[in-house]
Amino acid sequence: MPGAPNDWQRFFSFSTDHKVIGIQYLVTSFFFFLVGGIFAMIIRGELITPESDLVDRTVYNAMFTMHGTVMLFLWTFPCLLGLGNYLVPLMIGARDMAFPRLNAIAFWMVPVFGTILMASFLVPGGPAQAGWWAYPPVSLQNPTGNLINGQMLWLLAVAISGVSSIMGAVNFVTTIARMRAPGMTWFRMPVFVWTVLAAQIIQLFGLPALTAGAVMLLLDLTVGTTFFDPAKGGDPVLFQHFFWFYSHPAVYVIILPIFGIFSEVLPVYARKPLFGYKVVAISSLIITGLSAIVWVHHMFASGTPGWMRMVFMATTMLISVPTGIKVFAWVATIWGGKLRLSTAMLFALGGLVMFVFSGITGIMLAAVPVDIHVNNTYFVVGHFHYVIYGAVVMGIYAAIYHWFPKMTGRMYSEGLGKLHFALTFIGTNLNFFPMHPLGLQGMPRRVASYDPEFTFWNVVASLGAFLLGMSTLPFILNMIGSWVQGEKAPKNPWRAIGLEWLLSSPPTVENFEELPIVVSEPYGYGKSDPLVSNPDELEVAHEPN
Amino acid sequence: MKIRTILTLGTLVIALALISWWMGEQSYTWFPPQASAESQLIDRLFSFLVAIGTFIFLGVVGTIVYVALFQQAGKYDTSDGPHIEGNVTLEVVWTAIPFILVVGIAAYSYHIYDRISILGPMEHVHGSMAHNMASETPAIAPVSTEANDSNAIVKSEVVIAVKSRQWAWEFYYPDRQVTTAELHLPADQRISLQLTSEDVIHGFYVPAFRVKQDIIPGRAITLKFTPIREGRYRLRDSQYSGTYFAAMQADVVVESDDSYQQWLTDAANQKPTAAYNQAFDEFQRSPGGRIGWQTVQPAPPPLVNYPGKGTS
Ligand code: HEM
Ligand SMILES: [Cu+2]
Ligand SMILES: [Cu+2]
Repeated sequence: MPGAPNDWQRFFSFSTDHKVIGIQYLVTSFFFFLVGGIFAMIIRGELITPESDLVDRTVYNAMFTMHGTVMLFLWTFPCLLGLGNYLVPLMIGARDMAFPRLNAIAFWMVPVFGTILMASFLVPGGPAQAGWWAYPPVSLQNPTGNLINGQMLWLLAVAISGVSSIMGAVNFVTTIARMRAPGMTWFRMPVFVWTVLAAQIIQLFGLPALTAGAVMLLLDLTVGTTFFDPAKGGDPVLFQHFFWFYSHPAVYVIILPIFGIFSEVLPVYARKPLFGYKVVAISSLIITGLSAIVWVHHMFASGTPGWMRMVFMATTMLISVPTGIKVFAWVATIWGGKLRLSTAMLFALGGLVMFVFSGITGIMLAAVPVDIHVNNTYFVVGHFHYVIYGAVVMGIYAAIYHWFPKMTGRMYSEGLGKLHFALTFIGTNLNFFPMHPLGLQGMPRRVASYDPEFTFWNVVASLGAFLLGMSTLPFILNMIGSWVQGEKAPKNPWRAIGLEWLLSSPPTVENFEELPIVVSEPYGYGKSDPLVSNPDELEVAHEPN
Repeated sequence: MKIRTILTLGTLVIALALISWWMGEQSYTWFPPQASAESQLIDRLFSFLVAIGTFIFLGVVGTIVYVALFQQAGKYDTSDGPHIEGNVTLEVVWTAIPFILVVGIAAYSYHIYDRISILGPMEHVHGSMAHNMASETPAIAPVSTEANDSNAIVKSEVVIAVKSRQWAWEFYYPDRQVTTAELHLPADQRISLQLTSEDVIHGFYVPAFRVKQDIIPGRAITLKFTPIREGRYRLRDSQYSGTYFAAMQADVVVESDDSYQQWLTDAANQKPTAAYNQAFDEFQRSPGGRIGWQTVQPAPPPLVNYPGKGTS
């Protein structure tokens, strides 16, 4: 029966159902997570010894360039868009996104630019080797002299990704603004919806800068304009401003929905309301605002004048205040609760711990005198992997486990899930903690070889990386195994409060037969107020499938 | 609050503070030796941040671990926790404290940054005049040469030109017209490096000095600092510069003024020879790399009066 919830073929079609698109995003991005992971394994394989001996230096440089690019543009962004796609309409009581066709087009651009990026392995000269920043003049060097080269394909892919993300952003902002169910006022929206809104607003103002920068660089590279080429009078630092004006806020595009996930998952498994809901919701928007005025902290060593260093140091310090508020709110949420340490909860708590650590190293990096020493060393790599693996990937796992029954109609295996958590948590720390001492000792990032004094911590990091590689196996096994033959999931296995949990698992194509009429605040744990006034009319009674 | 709670909390806070202070002291050992005057100040700031960070980390994570261990629901307990939506006082407190804290950290960092700018032996030698002049040219804030029109400063400093290209460092001592592949510096004197690049962005980074500056092609950037500890250190390229980036390193030797002058004189009498260059050497041995992709060709090794004791 085409279109029915369990017809797997629709996942390969141009479906306009936000739930199908959500899962399409999730599965596609997870595939690229594995691809980026293989690149990471090669990187860590090379770095297990000081000499450049596993692969050629050009191959190493292509590996870290593609690793960063794939992990950001093809894993974290699309994965979070997948979660947003699946959850936002359900959470606000809508039948779909505002522009379903645009939604599908935006998704289908992902495999397109993913293929373009991967195709760069086949062109002479290989893939881009200028890092995910693609700073000119290195990115303009093009040793083969071919018009079609790795860097050119890279820029093309990034530009398409930008267009796709802008489409997504327009859709999300419109959906959240216009499609809320009756009674779903702003301050009744779950925090996940707030954070998606905050993140997508960043995309709207930031992406044009990145896309413009990428297009200008593409013109420099292919038709010989001179925006950024110093040999012809261009200014390479101008590109850095374009790049970071977007790419700093981009890290908040990634982390904000994770803040949302923490805010959803922690109350459910602690059986308590989210502490300070309004403050948590509002601080997301404050973060959006501040994230636009901190980008120069990535350029403290780029010839930035002293006064500018000080200004951006101050703004960067400020952004940790709304972030800190959220952390305290989560801790207060679980305090005095009745915790159930399910896999989803373990990932949320583990991610929170990792995030606290990365916030502290973030403040250190914001202090200009310290950053002058550790900028472009492994310390920075340690900082952002604690955020992006520690908080973001763990947060994504928390979300996938938490909503797995809703998405698939099946329960996952807690045993495999806990094994997955243990391997991930240990692997992440083994892999990324050593990067901090390495950076303090002065090991630059992006090196294919290093001085022997750095060997010890690099070996530890590489072993941690291999463990992380292994950690995906119980996850994959769990997902496939449980989807195929897991126990059937009821509507609300976690006794969670939220519109999505009032629907069958998985919900029907239209989500809500009749739109819900929301009558109370989210997170009403410890109280027995109903969330909607018409719980029995949301779906037509149908025989269980 | 009960007296007991207050006492327990008080003890915990004191214990945390002690551990944090201890971590702060430990942090000095995580760095390379303090070979410049700047490094002492930067390490002190870092130590301060480590102490504060440890306090916050242990406080927050300790609470999370405590809750996870001791506040679990019983196996058959399906009841909810208390319905607490928030607490305005608490929320004000935990907004105000981080705010004050980061303002404090920013102010202290600014203070250190400012001190770095004026620090140097000139301060002691010439008194307040030099102080004023020097404070116009911050030590590790880049100063473009056009803006730097004061010859007085230049005289009291050791000026050395640092030339970078893919993938070699070359140092030029204008007073003696000496070119070298190893950077020699006299201890306890203000050094003023003129950083230039012939091709892409490189980064001048000596971890033992804690100074780093990107070198932007088309611009001359001045970097100032004061080495204070004799020894041999490593200069590393810190801004990714293409295929042989990781190999773009050089030795830095800090020595007494006497041996520095002697070394300069000896070097001035040497005929220029080609220095060892790792990138060029690797490229010559296998131009195609091990199954690699085409690369920009490394520049030939620089011809220098003093090739250095570097690796060969
Ligand atoms: C307390 C909050 C934070 C502060 C104060 C902070 C500060 C900084 C600073 C100053 C840098 C630049 C360091 C350098 O390059 O020398 C940096 C790098 C970075 N941060 Fe954070 N950060 C914070 C949170 C986050 C979050 C939430 C994320 C992301 C999800 C993040 C991701 C990154 C990334 C990806 C980089 C490096 C990008 C690159 O160089 O390739 N940070 N951070
Ligand atoms: Cu940033
Ligand atoms: Cu270089």
